[in-house]
Amino acid sequence: MKVTSSYQDGRLTLFLQGELDHHQAAAALRRISRTVDDYLPQDCVVDMGGLTFMDSSGIALILKISRLMGQSGGRAWVVNAKNQPLKVIDASGIDRMIKVVV
Amino acid sequence: MKQTNYIKLEFPSRSVNEGFARAAAAAFAAQMDPTMEELGDIRTAVSEAVTNAIVHAYPDAVGQVQMRMRILEGDVLEITVRDRGRGIPDVKQAMEPMYSTGGEERSGMGFTIMGSFMDGLRVRSAPDKGTAVTMKKRIRTKEQT
Repeated sequence: MKVTSSYQDGRLTLFLQGELDHHQAAAALRRISRTVDDYLPQDCVVDMGGLTFMDSSGIALILKISRLMGQSGGRAWVVNAKNQPLKVIDASGIDRMIKVVV
Repeated sequence: MKQTNYIKLEFPSRSVNEGFARAAAAAFAAQMDPTMEELGDIRTAVSEAVTNAIVHAYPDAVGQVQMRMRILEGDVLEITVRDRGRGIPDVKQAMEPMYSTGGEERSGMGFTIMGSFMDGLRVRSAPDKGTAVTMKKRIRTKEQT
């Protein structure tokens, strides 16, 4: 699991790549929290285009990012989720709480 | 129900084994010629069940996790994840969406996803005796999908 990021005009984009499970989630969360603290963005886009697998740990990660952004009055949403990760998002129902752009 | 093939695996409850368990499950299931989606469903459900055992069964220690898989008549794959950990005091409550006693990297959606991705889910647990999660998935032949 790899997390990279880019920042432009108040928008932080997080690119998630590889497999996201419980084993990977804690380190990814620490990394993302640090990045959000560094930039204090208005918007955070979670780009899941490079994610080949995620389980419910990915749901926890999305909810945490949303909460982190909410604390500073910002917004977060998910883009490019495909196949298996998208199916997990659909099954969890978090798209009722967080915008998911397919 | 007659079984046609099976495997039994045992591994310590270390989180690094989550990826191994779902890869092993996918490798075993491959002989049933599942679709990519079915394979994804199996990997997801196994990841959830094994993670539950690692996080909840042995919160302060490393214990044993067993995974048994068998192919039953009618193209049904049965997967059982068994631990000998502390057990679930209230299975019904644990299976409610968003209920979690895990850390911030857990969402409480594990059982919901297992139930949604598989065709059958049964959870048996007893305090200090452990938990057995049994899931079934019928593999549709490619002509039917």
